[in-house]
Amino acid sequence: MIREARPIKTQLAIIGTGLGGLAAGIFAKDMGINTAQIGHTGAITFTTGYFDLLGSLMDKQFADPWKGLAVLKKQLPKHPLANISQDDIHKALNLFNKNINKMGIGYCEPGNSNIQALLPSGVCKPTISVPLTMLAGVKAKESQAPTLIIDFKGLQGFSAIEFVTNLKSLWPSLKAERLPFPNMDSGQQIFAEVMAQALEVPNNRQRLADVIKPLLGNAEYLGLPAILGIHKPDLVHGHMEELLGIKVFEIPTMPPSVPGMRLRELFEQMFADNSFILIPQHKVEKIELNNDGAKLCFTDPFGDVEISSQATILATGRFLSGGLKAEQHGIFETLLNIPVTQPDGRDNWYQEKYFDPRGHKINQAGVEVDINFRPLNAKGEPINHRLFAAGTILAHQDWVRQRCGAGVSISTAYQAVKCAANILI
Amino acid sequence: MQKHNPAGTRTIKTQVLIIGGGVTGTGVMRDLALRNITTILIDRKDLNAGASGSNHGLLHSGGRYVAQDLATAIECREEGEILKRVAANCIDDCGGMFVAVEGDDEEFAGGFADHCKAAGIRCEPLSVTQARIREPSLTEKIIAAFTVPDATIDPFRLTLENVSHAQQLTDSSYLPHMEVKGFDIVDGEIIATLVKDNRSGELLRIESEQVINASGTWAMKIARLAGCNEVNLLYSKGTLIISNSRMSKGVINRLRLPGDGDILVPGGTVSLLGTTSATIDDPDAISPTVDEVDRILAQGLTMVPSLADARLIRAFAGVRPLLMTSDNTGDGRKASRGFALFDHEKQNLRNFTTITGGKLTTYRLMAERVGDLVAKRLGSSAPCKTATEPLPSGPSVCWTEPGFSARDWYARQDPTDRILCECEMVPESSIDNILKEAPGCEAQMSLKAISLRSRVGKGSCQGAFCSIRVTSHLYDKGVYNSQYGLIHLRDFVKERFKGVRPVLWGPQVAQMELAEALHCDLMGLDQQATCMTKSEFDPNRVKEDL
Ligand SMILES: Cc1cc2nc3c(=O)[nH]c(=O)nc-3n(C[C@H](O)[C@H](O)[C@H](O)COP(=O)(O)OP(=O)(O)OC[C@H]3O[C@@H](n4cnc5c(N)ncnc54)[C@H](O)[C@@H]3O)c2cc1C
Ligand SMILES: Cc1cc2nc3c(=O)[nH]c(=O)nc-3n(C[C@H](O)[C@H](O)[C@H](O)COP(=O)(O)OP(=O)(O)OC[C@H]3O[C@@H](n4cnc5c(N)ncnc54)[C@H](O)[C@@H]3O)c2cc1C
Repeated sequence: MIREARPIKTQLAIIGTGLGGLAAGIFAKDMGINTAQIGHTGAITFTTGYFDLLGSLMDKQFADPWKGLAVLKKQLPKHPLANISQDDIHKALNLFNKNINKMGIGYCEPGNSNIQALLPSGVCKPTISVPLTMLAGVKAKESQAPTLIIDFKGLQGFSAIEFVTNLKSLWPSLKAERLPFPNMDSGQQIFAEVMAQALEVPNNRQRLADVIKPLLGNAEYLGLPAILGIHKPDLVHGHMEELLGIKVFEIPTMPPSVPGMRLRELFEQMFADNSFILIPQHKVEKIELNNDGAKLCFTDPFGDVEISSQATILATGRFLSGGLKAEQHGIFETLLNIPVTQPDGRDNWYQEKYFDPRGHKINQAGVEVDINFRPLNAKGEPINHRLFAAGTILAHQDWVRQRCGAGVSISTAYQAVKCAANILI
Repeated sequence: MQKHNPAGTRTIKTQVLIIGGGVTGTGVMRDLALRNITTILIDRKDLNAGASGSNHGLLHSGGRYVAQDLATAIECREEGEILKRVAANCIDDCGGMFVAVEGDDEEFAGGFADHCKAAGIRCEPLSVTQARIREPSLTEKIIAAFTVPDATIDPFRLTLENVSHAQQLTDSSYLPHMEVKGFDIVDGEIIATLVKDNRSGELLRIESEQVINASGTWAMKIARLAGCNEVNLLYSKGTLIISNSRMSKGVINRLRLPGDGDILVPGGTVSLLGTTSATIDDPDAISPTVDEVDRILAQGLTMVPSLADARLIRAFAGVRPLLMTSDNTGDGRKASRGFALFDHEKQNLRNFTTITGGKLTTYRLMAERVGDLVAKRLGSSAPCKTATEPLPSGPSVCWTEPGFSARDWYARQDPTDRILCECEMVPESSIDNILKEAPGCEAQMSLKAISLRSRVGKGSCQGAFCSIRVTSHLYDKGVYNSQYGLIHLRDFVKERFKGVRPVLWGPQVAQMELAEALHCDLMGLDQQATCMTKSEFDPNRVKEDL
């Protein structure tokens, strides 16, 4: 028996559902492009929830990321962010934020300078936009207001004492307390995701507020690990502030992180629409490029599926998400075997020292693109004029060290979608 | 025990000072304690910081040396038999095999059984089928195979048990971070050893009746500090790689003259493949290289083809202290694996002894020889007891064996004892036991020191997650009470990286990507300096750091 593949026809196919893919999906939808998107969860559930634009370069930290971008343009002219105008970057970030705000996850508007966002270690990180549930923490720290930090018995990956100890000299009025989480107080390990789900029920918020309240003293702010709900964090957050009568903020935790899950969940809500097909938890197994576009093949529980697209955006991420793979003797792109710009030999992938301020060269390995974000073959020509790439799979950036993960993903997705839109019929 | 001399240097007094916290120094400590002699053991870093912490963990049957060095082969056999009785806690008596593959010297293989017989080593020939039934991962291309009574030994548990037992028996103590810088010698006698505390920078004098130099690879340097030139060592660097699963039931040795990648040794739930041998000039600051890893792996594949798919989680390098004799020409593999005891009397020193060379397998015998000499010098006639007295275990010294912690946790069934290291199943309680009473435990223990006494950071995530969790736990317990906790964390992940770097490919690259994102983006360790206040940050540490 020959099985027929179920066909799906679409204008645009987006491969990957990380931050780059998510952004591309949002932009495509915003432009009214008929889209099919496929991908696994990827790195998104690991993120802190902060959207970085550009935090540092070598040993410099940028208070103003826009000035930083000008430095970047001079020092690393091949960096993806060096090849997008500041105006487009601004538009991309704003459009992205506006859309996710509309969908129920509030983020502060990207401004002129970096925010010093709080990390669970008590160290701060330069970032351009933070979830509204986390914003009060930045203000609390700036004003050194009396603040109580709470963690929970059985929750791994966030210690209030650690946070307080490491910030104490800069912020003397910080205090730490550990509480049992209501109904999860056996002392066994508990998980942020489960706590966040519990807090979506108003009664549980009341219970939590009841145990916190007696500890508040003169505190003007309360800091918690990021557990304030998954689907409607702003509502949960607002309710907690109301119940406690003071400002409340979240601090990121070890992954799997709730802020990352929120972004992942957002997908499923936003794409229930007939101009948009989302195929989560699947990977494209094969892709054939032709003059009219591409055929993407994969198998789901009901059989083979074949997506025909006029344009395709590859946003498959790096090693962790499977867009790139490293073998003993070389680095490869996994779907189309697109040439990967990479250091010469495995001995040059990593610096000798882990925290070498130059960063590891392997992090700058990736796919080369032209000004229209089309991946290039070994001769430096576009592989196919209907294939685009976006996100951290791109070469010449080091999102980890440069603190530019979201910036690269969102801005390049914006450019790639715009370029793709130009060739659609 | 302490007094302040006018110059302000603190002085510590003890009966015997032992320099070097490897298997030999700790073995001497216990040997003397069993003779009721009190010692202070010091190491410039920590236990097993030298070759004792970077070896194969093979308790040699002697088979490897039968063709070249009969005396060492016999010594290994005898000591192996003793240790299997007295240090059973630390030993997996898994047996071993020697195999020759197509292309290996058949004549060499043919003589093996006779050589073993001459050394008294039990050795049975196996057919190819028998060999592959025993070890299914072996290549089909075997041309000869023999069994030998090889075993594996956990050198970390061994040193910990040695120190712990000595401390139980006497007032002996172990002090980490104490580096010998010189000796105060008057009339043929060391009246004090001059030591620097590498953590605080403080200089100390340790006054003792006898000084024992058990600093292995560094024994030549230390002997020279005392003006003794007769200790001559060849430094032979060896690199090993570790896979995250156990690739064989027993030890698999290549039946040929020793070369790269020719021994595969199981270690609990993992396997170790090695080793290279390269003569080097300076035993400090060595690390495993990409090239060495590739060479070891290529050689290992000819014996065990499935190594091609093994997930390598780490590489490490150590330096063997090999004795220079007039007939060895600088080739580390041909040099003697025997040991030597120097009484330094020809140098006119009455209270200084050096022991070096040898093997992990022969450490007990080395300690016995030192013990005999030093006891005699101290006027004691107490005999050596280490060949018959078993090494006791305890709740603070049993966490280094791969798999032990997991078995223990499941057996106790206490779900409130949270797992901090998921790869190796290390719960809070084992960390707490170590903090409380492990040999060398300190008020502000570094993650590295904890890892040395447990399996933290040694599984497939190589410390990416557990280092952060253990750090939080230490803050929660008040063990860390300043930003120095983050420096401990940073030092630890930095150190682990050295060993991970040369084996980074395949899934380990993805693991590394995640680790780096966690350490930098979530914890800010790469930028931590900028957030610290001046008073809390020690500039010397930053410099060394980057
Ligand atoms: C621990 C951690 C903390 C972070 N913190 C921050 C932060 O604070 N701020 C910040 O800005 N960024 C942060 N990031 C980075 C941020 O997550 C990345 O910048 C972003 O996820 C990269 O987006 P991407 O879409 O390019 O790739 P990814 O997120 O890696 O997504 C790639 C996607 O492609 C999919 N895929 C791969 N192969 C296929 C295939 N064959 N078929 C279909 N789909 C495929 C994957 O399943 C995945 O969905 C963090 C990341 C980590 C790991
Ligand atoms: C790669 C490799 C594989 C091996 N495999 C095996 C094997 O499978 N089986 C086997 O039996 N043997 C093996 N060996 C040999 C064995 O590991 C060594 O012979 C043994 O560990 C030596 O122990 P030691 O205590 O004498 O010296 P070390 O373990 O080197 O101890 C010396 C100590 O002295 C300290 N020190 C140095 N200078 C100073 C100073 N100035 N002040 C204070 N302290 C100082 C160091 O920090 C160190 O901890 C191997 C060796 C190597 C390198």
